[in-house]
Amino acid sequence: MPLTSRHLLGLQGVPAEDIQLILDTAVTFREVLERPIKKVPTLQGKTVVNLFFENSTRTRISFELAQKRLSADTINFSVSTSSAKKGETFKDTVKNIEAMKVDMIVVRHESAGVPQFLTRISGANIINAGDGTHEHPTQGLLDMYSIKEKLGRLEGLKVCIVGDSAHSRVALSNIFGLKTMGAEVSVCGPATMIPRDIDKLGVKVYHNINEAIKNSDVLNVLRIQLERQAGALFPSLREYHNYFGITSERLEKFNKDIIILHPGPVNRGVEISSEVADGPYQIILEQVTNGVAVRMAVLYLLGTLNAKDMI
Amino acid sequence: MKIVLKDIILINPEQNLNERSNLLITDGIISKTGSLTGSDTEGARVFEFNDKYCVPGLLDMHVHLREPGREDEETVITGSNSAAAGGFTAVACMPNTNPAIDSAEVVGFIKEKAKNHLVDVYPVAAVSHGRKGESLAPMAELAEAGVVGFSDDGNVIKSAKLMKLALEYAGMYNLPVIEHCEDESLAGGAMNEGVMSTFLGLPPLPSVAEDLIVMRDILLAEYTGGRVHIAHISTKNAVDMVRQAKKKGINVTAEVTPHHFTLTEESLKTYDTNYKMNPPLRTKEDVAAVLEGLKDGTLDCIASDHAPHSIEEKEMEFNYAPNGIIGLETQLGLALSELLHKKVLTIEQIIEKMSINPRRILNIPVPKFAVGEKADLTIIDINQVWTVDIKSFKCRSKNSPFDKRLLTGKSVAVINKCQMYYEDRFFRL
Repeated sequence: MPLTSRHLLGLQGVPAEDIQLILDTAVTFREVLERPIKKVPTLQGKTVVNLFFENSTRTRISFELAQKRLSADTINFSVSTSSAKKGETFKDTVKNIEAMKVDMIVVRHESAGVPQFLTRISGANIINAGDGTHEHPTQGLLDMYSIKEKLGRLEGLKVCIVGDSAHSRVALSNIFGLKTMGAEVSVCGPATMIPRDIDKLGVKVYHNINEAIKNSDVLNVLRIQLERQAGALFPSLREYHNYFGITSERLEKFNKDIIILHPGPVNRGVEISSEVADGPYQIILEQVTNGVAVRMAVLYLLGTLNAKDMI
Repeated sequence: MKIVLKDIILINPEQNLNERSNLLITDGIISKTGSLTGSDTEGARVFEFNDKYCVPGLLDMHVHLREPGREDEETVITGSNSAAAGGFTAVACMPNTNPAIDSAEVVGFIKEKAKNHLVDVYPVAAVSHGRKGESLAPMAELAEAGVVGFSDDGNVIKSAKLMKLALEYAGMYNLPVIEHCEDESLAGGAMNEGVMSTFLGLPPLPSVAEDLIVMRDILLAEYTGGRVHIAHISTKNAVDMVRQAKKKGINVTAEVTPHHFTLTEESLKTYDTNYKMNPPLRTKEDVAAVLEGLKDGTLDCIASDHAPHSIEEKEMEFNYAPNGIIGLETQLGLALSELLHKKVLTIEQIIEKMSINPRRILNIPVPKFAVGEKADLTIIDINQVWTVDIKSFKCRSKNSPFDKRLLTGKSVAVINKCQMYYEDRFFRL
């Protein structure tokens, strides 16, 4: 059974069957990554462009690696070499790239909605690698994969997203994806970092980290963006760490069975202590490895989707 | 030249008029009303209107004509053509041009451009030099040059101090200060803050940013005795505050755009930048409050906030696209479809809000249907069903979210300044 959409714009509205298919397919590719020769010919002859209008090292590398492992031809287009600075419009940039006959576009942009916009101006399969503070669906998928790998299920689990949900693209993808798969999702952080009316999306809100730890099976700890937030959304890093930081003491006191995820890069001593970042609760590096497998699954499923199977 | 408008229903709430009649217009002046004889109509061109409404020419008090500065998006002439096609005989144009309308020279430039057109163009001047919000523009000189109000529209009037000065100074000439209500420290978002902005991950702009300035300006209007006009009101709280202020006798008036009484933030789900405007589209509750405000008279006017933008600027990433949509050619159709046919307002109330009240606020005489009066009128077919087709618009820009929308009610003809626009053509009378 193929996917029901030829794009991956977000996890909002993606049916459980599609998510399940991606996660199941990723298991196969996860196994490929353990082989001595980590390459399969699946997307041979397909051209994928990584269109990054915003700085990103790990997401781009993860996508690129996934593409190479599938034998696709990969082109990277990043903002430092972009035409954006030469006054060309986004639409013209995309049209030019498409004129070179590409099959898939992986896009990251600081404005929400750019992947949707791309589907209107391009015929390629579009994969969202992060749009503004909207979604980052492959991150949501790799988080779900990692949780499932560790705990064996998603349904009925309690997952809490800790930190700046309002300025995160990871939060929404986790919320939409996990809820579709039957998990309960909550957010925890200072009120200034919780987007307005998020409870109306069926998400519980905590402002006390100890309660969040006590009531969750999994914490997904978001990165605090040091450069822009200290002093703006909360008084100081010290206060943030004292009231919302994930420390071994807290985990040992309130929930010894908890699993800690972090999308990286980690600010040690701010949102998470070094002890936790390296300790037994976290699965941060597994997430990174799984990310390649999940992205391989998405690229494979979209890249081999036959137009006639579309609904 | 003599023309006859035959079988029309004359409506003018200002004259308490709502009756079947005919109009004989000679060289642009009404020379007879009521039943006409054979000698009246001899040699006249007769337009049979079959009981269509004939109302005082509509005036849109909030349009952006983009000239001088962005003639690629709109000019005084293309905007006036768009106005005539939409049923308007007059517009008030906002000063956020380049250069801004902050000197008698720019006022003169615009008036000169508009001189021979059917549509009267009334410039609104900037409150501050260059709309920078620092010091007052030469308001006395501007008033003498014939501006009908002051506004830094596009921007809020930056400080309470400047607003106080503006109300005091404009008050000397009995001119309104027209405010774009948006607290600057809360500004910068791309859509209304709430569950939808959370759901779509777009930068939020809280409704309280509008409410704060509405409250500030009402208090300053009360304190100074000046006149404040709230442009494009969009929130429930703002409507409530204007209602209370009017009860207290404070000199405040307000307008609402068709998109703010027709659409909600739900429209943004497709990230189509034709739904990006400022103030942003609000919630269902806000739309209900705006409709209630129209009904009970809290909201005096309907105005389009006609904001032409080039295709390349609007067809952009959501965060970068400019705010605003064109509206001159859809405004009347939306008002009739959403307000008249849905029984929110009567036809008289719509005429008040689109013709009479804007003129009162801007100190412009209201056209009358009487012998010897200048013919300044709009013929409306309230039942004509039509589909919006932006390709056919006279407006030079095409940024409308209402393309392909089915509307009921349309302007059939306009007459002003001894000219008529009918069946897609202008001609002299």
